[in-house]
Amino acid sequence: MSLLEAQAVSKAYGGIRALDTCSINVEQGTIAGLIGPNGSGKTTLFNIITGYERVDAGEIRFKGKPIMNLGPDKVFSMGIGRTFQLTRIFPRLTVMENMHVAAQRQSLRGILGRWSSSQEQKHALELLDFVGITRLKDTPAANLSYGQKKLLEFAFILIAEPEVILLDEPAGGINPTVIGQITERIRTLNKRGVTFLIVEHNMEFVMGLCDTVTVLHRGAKIAEGTPQAVRANPAVLEAYLGD
Amino acid sequence: MKKAKALGLLALLAFSLAFPLLFSNPAITTIAVFTLLFAAAGTGWNIFSGYTGYIALGHAAYFGLGAYALALLCQDEHIPGGYIPFLFVPVAGLIAAASAVPLGAIALRTRRHTFVVITIAIFFIFQLMAYNLRAITNGSAGMSLPLLPPDWNEYFLNDVFYYVTLVLTLLALTLSWWVRNSKYGLGLLAIRDDEDRALGLGVKTGSYKLVAFVISAFFVGMAGAIYAYFLGSIYPPFAFDALFDVAVALMAFLGGLGTLSGPILGALILEPAQQYLALQYGENGWYLILYGLLFLMVILFLPEGIVPTLSKKWASWKAARSTAPSREPPPDDTTTSSQKAALLAEQGKG
Repeated sequence: MSLLEAQAVSKAYGGIRALDTCSINVEQGTIAGLIGPNGSGKTTLFNIITGYERVDAGEIRFKGKPIMNLGPDKVFSMGIGRTFQLTRIFPRLTVMENMHVAAQRQSLRGILGRWSSSQEQKHALELLDFVGITRLKDTPAANLSYGQKKLLEFAFILIAEPEVILLDEPAGGINPTVIGQITERIRTLNKRGVTFLIVEHNMEFVMGLCDTVTVLHRGAKIAEGTPQAVRANPAVLEAYLGD
Repeated sequence: MKKAKALGLLALLAFSLAFPLLFSNPAITTIAVFTLLFAAAGTGWNIFSGYTGYIALGHAAYFGLGAYALALLCQDEHIPGGYIPFLFVPVAGLIAAASAVPLGAIALRTRRHTFVVITIAIFFIFQLMAYNLRAITNGSAGMSLPLLPPDWNEYFLNDVFYYVTLVLTLLALTLSWWVRNSKYGLGLLAIRDDEDRALGLGVKTGSYKLVAFVISAFFVGMAGAIYAYFLGSIYPPFAFDALFDVAVALMAFLGGLGTLSGPILGALILEPAQQYLALQYGENGWYLILYGLLFLMVILFLPEGIVPTLSKKWASWKAARSTAPSREPPPDDTTTSSQKAALLAEQGKG
């Protein structure tokens, strides 16, 4: 049983089939890549897994349990975190407040209590340290650079300790130094047991980091395997270069 | 710094407690009662609209509901004038809050401009009902509240209402402060910035918004009930007054939307100004023009509201004054790895 499975998932917007009986499996403890030309359905698949969109047909399972009709809040609290293609943070909250939004508290007492407990504070600082933006902790998030916002978004989903993290273009629009930093952080977390599913256009990044790569084209899976195997697959070249 | 703040707050509290003793003129205390009513209603409104960013322009519906609820309760229970009707003010607030549950659930299915329009529509439905459900509301003939005891002269009467509205304001302020500092309040602020993102981080946005909506209706409803009792009688256009919606929103915008003290500050400035201008220039409508000019000036010079603008100025003044800049440490003396990493992250600008 894979940790995260999408089985024959279909989704259409009007007449456009964004996903067409698409299946992918993410094994526990791996870093899985998801690539494909623009409009091939990668982000739609992310939206469906994380509860932002409903499936038309097919099944999504996390640890064997179907999750396709749960809301985004439920999916997140089950242990699936995600980042967005264009980073989505809370611009008017400080970096530290941003870190606390995702800290999970289940009891009513917890929700009515102060926004930051000393334990959460400590955890948040550790994570800010981990991504290297501790000194910005009291800055409104709107004042961060794009790269720093990406690091913040990455850090604040970690506070809920998700088992799987879905990253939508983590290397998009930032310079090579930060890309290197992010790569290193992903590897560290992966060694600690966190599973990743990554959508990315930067091939160097994907090929260097991922254990397996799945290629989508027009909403369907056209190839799957190790980075080397996928790179050599003529269907993949066709999809990227053809028509 | 903290000590100075606490002392300042204590002084403010002492001043507001002593106010009717210092200014006993009923004309002044009447304005003070209206100001505090708006301060309480605005603080309640701000718990929802300020923190979540959903601008509700139909809370006059709950103001009117509170007013009519108190009038009807007193009529049905044959409650005599005096202190007892005040005990029913929270009941009137609860009735307004209970009506806000289904109405909020409907309105909160929408966002932004649509939400604003839906709240206005709900308000007009209630105003129409107040005119037309004559068996309950007595239509445009209005309703009377219990007569105040004859031994309450205008000085004493105003003092009673002053302290009751002061308590209501302090209650609203305490709750607003607590919400602002709670995990729940952080969720509301996250909703204001990016609702879908907040949902995806486990914030139960639907119930968070609805609870804030109901809390705000509770305070606005209580303010409406006290207002009705203060005036002695109510009519549909005064209980369900579209100008109330505009006033509450303007006060919060002027003081600072989503700040703790913003609505209070806005009420303290606008309500006395409006009352004074209406008194001085009321007969020819000049006061409305002056009122509008004042508002234009605020929008031009303090678009974010007074509290955020001043606190920004204060922060930059402090930053300029301190010799060691706290925001940007000099790049040469970064020794720890985390600081190095931060600098590297800084290079990701662009």
